[in-house]
Amino acid sequence: MATLHSAPRFTLIDGLKGTLSTALGDHLVDAHEEHGELLLHVKRDSIEEVLRILRDDHAYQQLMEIAGADYPSRVERFEIVYMLLSLTTNSRIMVKCRASEDTPVPTVTTLWPNAGWLEREVFDMYGVLFAGNTDLRRILTDYGFEGHPFRKDFPLTGYTELRYSEDEKRVVYEPVELAQDLRQFDFMSPWEGADYVLPGDEKADTPPIDDPKVTEKPSDTGAGAKTDKHAADKVSAGAPAEKDGGEATDPPEPTEDRAARPKRKGKTTDTAKATETKRKKAPAKRKPVAKKKDD
Amino acid sequence: MSMQLEESPTTGDEVITNYTINFGPQHPAAHGVLRMVMELDGEIIERIDPHVGLLHRGTEKLIENKTYLQALPYFDRLDYCSPLAQEYSYVLAIEKLLNVEVPERAQYLRVLFAELTRICNHMLNIGAHVMDVGAMTPNLWVFELREDCMNFFERASGARMHAAWFRPGGVHQDVPEKLLVDIGEWLDTRLPELFGDAMSLVLDNRIFKQRNVDIAVVSKDDAVAWGFSGPMIRAAGIPWDLRKSQPYDVYERMEFDIPVGTNSDCYDRFVVRVKEVYESAKIIKQCLRDMPSGPVASDDRKVAPPKRAEMKQSMEALIHHFKLYTEGFHVPAGEVYVATESPKGEFGVYLVSDGSNKPYRCKIRPTAFSHLQAMDFMSRGHMLPDATAILGAIDVVFGECDR
Repeated sequence: MATLHSAPRFTLIDGLKGTLSTALGDHLVDAHEEHGELLLHVKRDSIEEVLRILRDDHAYQQLMEIAGADYPSRVERFEIVYMLLSLTTNSRIMVKCRASEDTPVPTVTTLWPNAGWLEREVFDMYGVLFAGNTDLRRILTDYGFEGHPFRKDFPLTGYTELRYSEDEKRVVYEPVELAQDLRQFDFMSPWEGADYVLPGDEKADTPPIDDPKVTEKPSDTGAGAKTDKHAADKVSAGAPAEKDGGEATDPPEPTEDRAARPKRKGKTTDTAKATETKRKKAPAKRKPVAKKKDD
Repeated sequence: MSMQLEESPTTGDEVITNYTINFGPQHPAAHGVLRMVMELDGEIIERIDPHVGLLHRGTEKLIENKTYLQALPYFDRLDYCSPLAQEYSYVLAIEKLLNVEVPERAQYLRVLFAELTRICNHMLNIGAHVMDVGAMTPNLWVFELREDCMNFFERASGARMHAAWFRPGGVHQDVPEKLLVDIGEWLDTRLPELFGDAMSLVLDNRIFKQRNVDIAVVSKDDAVAWGFSGPMIRAAGIPWDLRKSQPYDVYERMEFDIPVGTNSDCYDRFVVRVKEVYESAKIIKQCLRDMPSGPVASDDRKVAPPKRAEMKQSMEALIHHFKLYTEGFHVPAGEVYVATESPKGEFGVYLVSDGSNKPYRCKIRPTAFSHLQAMDFMSRGHMLPDATAILGAIDVVFGECDR
């Protein structure tokens, strides 16, 4: 496939895969080229030896990054990927090995001093153990944090939340409470083979009902026989009359009597004259719309 | 800073006890939330244990739960001093997996704005470094320039800091012609004047040199072994720049020099950054000169959305737009590691795709991790006030370090 993208271009040395494959011999599990990058999959126990060979004999001087990744369906669920960079041959390779929760990976702090923090991060995030790393503390998570947050089975929201408590005058930790569930949208198209029942599809399997419920007459309220009996009793006052659209009834009277207002003291009048401007005559009838236009 | 005396194992007349102090996490010279547990012998640093992660937000986990496009703005928020440089690695990684072609104008625009970001970033670092060792005025002056850069970003993207302007397949929008003219004018007049003035106060300043020369000298071998990159490795005398050695977009057409240090101390790191500002200006000028006209995003409608005007006419375009902004695009399965030269060093993205519309794993390689880790051995034997100079010369931002 022709390269169309404009990502960083570095030369993948011809025959590098073959050279490194022979150099690594039995340590190697698999080697393949992808997107112009060489990926070496090696045995876990020989990772230190492999990286030593690559550093000393093949001029990969710098360890730029150690990345963890979690594939829960695998027996050895974690993948630890080492990104190597050669300053002299201008080439990059990725070396990876697999591990599970209880199979430690040999440390490479013996080869590169900066591997210390990188391994600490993988340990912190995934719980991968590194045998020989003397300072395998947590690094990014909180002091006293429990669990390994980047595992796929760790919820995105975590288990605890913290806030400042005004009562206790300190930060308190509490279990996470979400007012609304996290929205996870499902983009699988049903035409592309969704392996679950689409909402509504479960109805297809229910047997048809013998006596379907209908509400064709006003007496069929759809709320059962008891309600149907009283259907004719309750007609709201404002409801249109059933026959030939007679005049609407008056609105109901106020439900309780208001006490009469006390008489206004002083000289201020409360008439229309007092509240309207003088140039305008008080309209004979109250016409709010017309009044608005005048303003 | 809280101070705590350690119990002395012996008691006598002249017992000097080492003591441990907490530098940070709320200290202006810590450049964010860094806590360093320092063991001091008098004022000499014996050991430093940096505690990072106080700004850890789980960005990588969040990205796994977002579509490729939705994850992009997280990159602005990593190193919030050079947002576009972070987006760069990410969009290139996606483009590499998709193997999508980026139009030439978009490539030029991305290089231009990446370099503008570099200037913007260095303005902050240079100003902060100078202020950490005691000078006030240059910081105020270079912040003026930083403000100018922010205005340029705003005119291009609508946002001063968190631009989210780079997109897989190009950039979000074309820039107005006047903006390019103004950038060119700014490079010719305001930048050299103001920056030159500010640097004339610092570069030959006796106090500044006393605080920086011969502080935290790192040998070439150490710089390589500790995984240094960017100005840190260049100050050690190794002319390593990913823009030259592993060029992306149109960097290979650009003519610029790589400033290298000779002494590998804090002063060299500072001067390398100062020189890089001028080199960046050179690159931007070449971009302005050579930039062709044309589209600014890929015409692959499975990756880049159609123009709004097109959507009013074509049903097909409307469908593409809808699909891109709901489901997003699917990236073929595979894994790549893409690293670019961010202002602080090598900023890498290890992207694993499982063929869906969300990244399966997105590991971000921060520049600060390797550098900050070396803080211990770099500052050993130096005085306590030197720690701020060393930290300033590392150029660390915790949004990126802690992710």
